[in-house]
Amino acid sequence: MSRPSKPGDPRKVSTELFTLTYGALVTQLIKDYEDEQEVNKQLEKMGYNIGIRLIEDFLARSNTGRCNDFRETAETIAKVGFRMFLNIAPVVTNWSPSGDTFSLLLDPNPLTEFVELPEDKYKLNYSNILCGVIRGALEMVQLEVQAWFVSDQLKGDSSTEMRVKFIRKLEDAVPAGED
Amino acid sequence: MIFNLYIFDRLGTCVLYAEWNRKKPANLPKDEEFQNMYGMLFSLRSFVKRLSPLDCKDGFLNYQTSKYKLHYYETPSGLKLVMNTSTDVGDIRETLRQLYGQIYVEYVVKNPLCPLDKPITSDFFKDKLETFIKALPFY
Repeated sequence: MSRPSKPGDPRKVSTELFTLTYGALVTQLIKDYEDEQEVNKQLEKMGYNIGIRLIEDFLARSNTGRCNDFRETAETIAKVGFRMFLNIAPVVTNWSPSGDTFSLLLDPNPLTEFVELPEDKYKLNYSNILCGVIRGALEMVQLEVQAWFVSDQLKGDSSTEMRVKFIRKLEDAVPAGED
Repeated sequence: MIFNLYIFDRLGTCVLYAEWNRKKPANLPKDEEFQNMYGMLFSLRSFVKRLSPLDCKDGFLNYQTSKYKLHYYETPSGLKLVMNTSTDVGDIRETLRQLYGQIYVEYVVKNPLCPLDKPITSDFFKDKLETFIKALPFY
């Protein structure tokens, strides 16, 4: 079984193609569900399914080991993860005093390059897929988190801000027959 | 010389078993063998971590008997690669890492039709694995 070899670096694909493909996906979901909350949910779910696979690619390519604390996790996501897959490096900010929640400022946001949100779609979190990706990827390295958007430039906010909250550390699976 | 290879997912399912020069089959069904192997790795891992007098970053790496050597590599996502070789083989962590990055990630993770928590059935993956293993200098 052989496949044709691709010219150039197979990792590189036009950002526009990606952005437009994502736009088509969101459009289709809006048609299918006609309810923005439901679209948000579906996007998050798809993101989750991508995240659980993407983490493996990330680990293999970056050779990153385990993070020692949540701050290191945040920096790795912003500086290495986003850089690798979206070629941006969001600013990590707004740490909660307890250190369990932080924000990522997504400016610029490559997903929304060509988008203008209609007035009646104010509940739609256009880039919600990213929340799912983060949740899925971190779950695979035994961190349960919640991620959600608190502001979005598409809705007239001054920045696009995603909050990520640490919920708990997941335990190793114990082999059958052991306690 | 390479004897065999096990890959376990993060929940302890043996998603891949392959053998090349294994001379003595275990005297029990394969699924029990996998379970035993996973149980031993699990115990060894926590054993090594607990008894280490220093903070160890990598944890359990390998062990050796008079006849064979077991090499272990675990990714932060919990995938476990286990390879048994003859005792003359040195440190092959880098090789196992390549096997993970260049074979498992490329032909299992990136294949949406390959479930990640079930034994791997993809022939494409198996072909690539076979080629990778047979090209190793210590095969």
